[in-house]
Amino acid sequence: MIIKTEGITKAFKSLVAVDHVDLSIDEGEIFGLLGPNGAGKTTLLSMLATLLRPTEGTAMINGFDVIKQPGHVRRSIGMVFQAPSSDDLLTGWENLYLHALMFGVPAEVRRERIDEVLTLVDLKDRANDRVKTYSGGMRRRLELARGLLHKPKILLLDEPTLGLDPQTREHIWEYIERLAREGRVTILITTHYMEEADRLCDRVAVIDHGKIIALDSPANLKMQIGKSMIKAKVKEPNLEKIRALPYVSKVEAKDGDVSIVLSEVGAHIQEVLCNLGDASFVELREPTLNDVFLQLTGKEIRAEGAESLEERYTRATGK
Amino acid sequence: MSELTGLYALWYREVKVFLRERSRIISSVVNPLIWLVAFGGGLGSAISFGGTGYQTFIFPGVLMMTVLFTSIFFGLYIVWDKKLDFFKEVMVAPLSRTTLFVGKMLGGCTDALIQGSILLVLGIFFGIQYTVYAVVILVLFLLFVAIGITSIGLAIGSQMSSFEGFGLIQSFVVMPLFFLSGALYPLSGLPDWLMIVVRANPLTYIVDGMRGALLGIYNFPLVEDVVVSLAFVAVMVGVGTLAFKRMSAT
Repeated sequence: MIIKTEGITKAFKSLVAVDHVDLSIDEGEIFGLLGPNGAGKTTLLSMLATLLRPTEGTAMINGFDVIKQPGHVRRSIGMVFQAPSSDDLLTGWENLYLHALMFGVPAEVRRERIDEVLTLVDLKDRANDRVKTYSGGMRRRLELARGLLHKPKILLLDEPTLGLDPQTREHIWEYIERLAREGRVTILITTHYMEEADRLCDRVAVIDHGKIIALDSPANLKMQIGKSMIKAKVKEPNLEKIRALPYVSKVEAKDGDVSIVLSEVGAHIQEVLCNLGDASFVELREPTLNDVFLQLTGKEIRAEGAESLEERYTRATGK
Repeated sequence: MSELTGLYALWYREVKVFLRERSRIISSVVNPLIWLVAFGGGLGSAISFGGTGYQTFIFPGVLMMTVLFTSIFFGLYIVWDKKLDFFKEVMVAPLSRTTLFVGKMLGGCTDALIQGSILLVLGIFFGIQYTVYAVVILVLFLLFVAIGITSIGLAIGSQMSSFEGFGLIQSFVVMPLFFLSGALYPLSGLPDWLMIVVRANPLTYIVDGMRGALLGIYNFPLVEDVVVSLAFVAVMVGVGTLAFKRMSAT
């Protein structure tokens, strides 16, 4: 158990941003915190990074207590923040060099280590350009590289692909996967992108209003909670019979196009199709994490862009 | 050891960024030149103090002003760093808050002193005649201003979470500190109420020390100027350190 939280809670005046969360994360795992903006993901991450002091409860990171041993915790983690946190006026190399100095990377290995991480994120040929001239994706990669510079055992990533184009996002995902699989780095990632959680994470905790409402592998979550949909073209559908089936939650029919929402489709598809009537076309839609979220909370994860500074300010200060 | 390396990193960053922002250096030198030329030259055509031209008379005050403005705004700039998540990267480093404060503060002091030095050199063109003694004392007092005021800026900035209060700081901190320091007028013959306020301003003693060393015009003995300045610096560094310890990261 490289990360373990025990009833960790953060309250800002009247708002409980993180509400008694218990989490256990194994070494080498890619663990996702999935939830809408304002669900408490960043607050939880900030407490694990010792940037915020929990109101109640605590967390052990790499065997160190976030409240009592913040120095050790900080040396064990690398963090990539949601908003840009590299210095535009400095070059990529200089940003990394400063980080190496601040995080106590020994002088003998500084240059070598910087070279290593720059290679990892494919920024070696741009290392001596000012960060001002980088694209959004390059900046993120630089920040990822910086988070890795002091060889942390744990990497905390706050919305690492927020606002990036699909191709760059794919790249970043590859880097993250490589780190976890080859480097045995434990990765805790917050996201409100379903595809990201689905594609990348070994396990996902769905978080809403500061509480974990579900926790499992993406596949299990979808299987257990998510609903599948069968779409079929049937001339004379036997709708009454279908509606009567206990596992069917919704049936709609229009001009011979029938859509049926049901749970555990694998076990029931045969029965549904037998009862439905002669179908000229059948399509099966598997559940997504969005369905899971919808099912659990009754609302969709808002997939709009980054939360504005004002919103962040409001949430952080509780004003 | 690692704290010292961290300190160096913080300082290095500030100085490097400062030296790359040429426009900031230029504007911060042009501003005092306007004071000297327009205000000093304009008003100086009408008044002088016992053989000393007005332009020369206010030169130490304008030097102090340059360092004052650079220092306070450097400190307040931390609000911006905090907004951009930039400072979080520093806060998550395994360094003590005292190190963060001292590193930032020394960085700001270096910036302000570089500007002060540029102006010191430009003073030659305004007919200022330096002695080695005067230069040493001037730099010493400028250092006091830089440390003290950067600390105030950082202390205020670390407790603020937006730029909303900037106008208030300008009106209630920066302007009074400058205009009530005797930077622009002699202290002899001030009305009592004004004298009380001026004497309560630590920068008064700094300007007095500088003017004394450069022009031989002074109101307080040098020892008094130095002691008051040192006390001011010590208190401000203490306040800044405390403010950093209480600063929240988000």
